Amino acid sequence: MAHDRFQGHDYYQVDELLTEEHLLIRNSVREWVKKEVSPIIEDYAQRAEFPKQILKGLADIGAFGPYIPTEYGGGGLDQISYGLIMQEVERGDSGIRSTASVQSSLVMYPIFTYGSEEQRKKYLPSLAKGEMIGCFGLTEPDHGSNPSGMITNFKDAGDHVILNGAKMWISNAPFAHLAVVWAKDENGDIRGLIVERGMEGFTTPETHGKWSLRASATGELVFDNVKVPKSNIFPEVKGLKGPLGCLNSARYGIAWGAIGAAMDCYDTALRYSQERIQFGRPIGGFQLQQKKLAEMITEITKAQLLTWRLGVLKNENRATPAQISMAKRNNVNMAITIAREARQMLGGMGITGEYPIMRHMMNLESVITYEGTHDIHLLITGMDVTGLNAFT
Amino acid sequence: MKILVCISNVPDTTTKINFTEDQKSFVTAGVQYIINPYDEIALTKALELTEKQGGTVTVINVGDVTTEPTIRKALAIGATDAIRVNGTPRDAYYVAKQVAHVAKDQNYDLILTGRESIDYNGSQVAAMVAEMLDLPSVSIVKSLTIENGIATLEREIEGGKEILNCPTPLIVSATEGMAEPRIPNMRGIMSARTKPLVVVEPLPVPQLQEYVKYDKPAARSHVKLVPSDDVKKLVDLLHTEAKSF
Ligand SMILES: Cc1cc2nc3c(=O)[nH]c(=O)nc-3n(C[C@H](O)[C@H](O)[C@H](O)COP(=O)(O)OP(=O)(O)OC[C@H]3O[C@@H](n4cnc5c(N)ncnc54)[C@H](O)[C@@H]3O)c2cc1C
Repeated sequence: MAHDRFQGHDYYQVDELLTEEHLLIRNSVREWVKKEVSPIIEDYAQRAEFPKQILKGLADIGAFGPYIPTEYGGGGLDQISYGLIMQEVERGDSGIRSTASVQSSLVMYPIFTYGSEEQRKKYLPSLAKGEMIGCFGLTEPDHGSNPSGMITNFKDAGDHVILNGAKMWISNAPFAHLAVVWAKDENGDIRGLIVERGMEGFTTPETHGKWSLRASATGELVFDNVKVPKSNIFPEVKGLKGPLGCLNSARYGIAWGAIGAAMDCYDTALRYSQERIQFGRPIGGFQLQQKKLAEMITEITKAQLLTWRLGVLKNENRATPAQISMAKRNNVNMAITIAREARQMLGGMGITGEYPIMRHMMNLESVITYEGTHDIHLLITGMDVTGLNAFT
Repeated sequence: MKILVCISNVPDTTTKINFTEDQKSFVTAGVQYIINPYDEIALTKALELTEKQGGTVTVINVGDVTTEPTIRKALAIGATDAIRVNGTPRDAYYVAKQVAHVAKDQNYDLILTGRESIDYNGSQVAAMVAEMLDLPSVSIVKSLTIENGIATLEREIEGGKEILNCPTPLIVSATEGMAEPRIPNMRGIMSARTKPLVVVEPLPVPQLQEYVKYDKPAARSHVKLVPSDDVKKLVDLLHTEAKSF
């Protein structure tokens, strides 16, 4: 990829709503992404490989558990800081942001929220440092949007349980040290357990041939009579609200992350439109291109205000799951629309790895599907406003 | 080792520069400020020295309260503490006077600055402070080590390099190569919250310089492309349009 000339965009002076520390965090992550992610990401995405060497850097900049209290190795930061970190990391690549989201919201969050004190002490500090990487197993081959139908299950066997089943589409699975797995107990209640690599009968085959999130490793989790100590079960949660709590936190981060991808596409297209001359003038001077750019910055600005407000509500512990669904759905759709328009603005150059747009566009196809599809989030809003369930 | 690093608050390198209608001042609206990049190199060097040999790194900035985010960033990168002289810098003499006043009883082993600030590019503060404190000073230094109270400094000179030894205390202005600037990490940002940032009132100092007028450089004319096999046309254009000969 050509030299990263990204500049942030802040049409409504939203920065003034942020603290000095928020800006320092955001700018530091932005600098880090320019230095460590942009120069290598295109190559890794083309080769469909996750750049493991950046894990320590991700930990250092605070991308792993920024809002987990410092006594467990987290950053002790607020939710807006978390959002800004996700935004900047996804400005680099949605796949790298996915790794950070999974580690923070789908692995550290449940261990912190539902885990025993012993589990927190055992795992959180190494997860925060990136010495240990986790993954989150909820989706199954036959149960995606409807996770409550899951068939992965465990049976009591004294001081341990025996886990059977399979999870699919699991980010980080191929190299994760541990998996937070959601499975049914003998009463049919969904419970969370920590499964560690090396446990007999536990394998993580990689999923190949993706056209999206190519720089993120995706795989399956296969459990064939895996003996999991009872001390690895989360004591504090039962039912679908366990995984849904994690998803709420991750979706919140994705709502911010999508702004990063959108800003990168807009920024690239804006600059290109001023430099690319056709018919004797910069293409940015043509009304059709201006319409695209004007709509892009309008949508980005609306999304920024939406996430900022959601962040304030989340800091006050008042953000509802339905509010988070609205932001995830709106912002990811906004980003993918901008990516598609921006790609066209670059003409043929838009399909190459010289520019980040096509990679963002393809990445966002996963982002609009995982953590609740675009449709499912609409149904959540629909149910919230009508009180009527249209899912089943 | 006790080190003082002077940092200035400058517009980000990508800022679009505009001046007010009377051409007497720079339009600051919407401008993002950063630590002067050369000062960042100086700060990083100071941290490398104290990490190896122990000691403290104090950063000093002469500026109003709006420069505090820049100072906080210096603390997040690793400075021990910070001093802000609460004045509006008007010229290099004003700044140097304030820095010298703060530094005079503090027995710093080393005072570091950047080679110049990237806004006004004056390159004067280091030498002025040295003069005011009666200390040796070496400018535009590429590499610096200190052992047993002797600093070894490397400077680039026409066609080669120059190696100097100088006893501490001294003042050094840093240029590229002395250190690789660091990005603040989360631990640094969190610890910066509680690091001391002392605000002191400025000395009254007369203004020796007055900025009369700013002008932007003339807009660059368009590039003309000449086919690679048409040398004659290139030479013609150089004669008639570019007038290089
Ligand atoms: C790259 C990638 C990484 C992923 N990482 C993880 C991970 O780390 N952990 C994890 O657990 N999962 C992960 N997932 C899985 C992801 O969450 C699921 O793909 C997603 O929930 C959708 O499930 P599905 O693919 O089975 O689609 P389905 O649920 O089969 O949906 C197919 C289509 O039907 C629609 N649909 C479904 N139900 C309804 C309904 N009631 N009304 C209307 N329309 C409906 C959907 O919107 C969708 O358009 C990942 C997926 C991808 C692509």
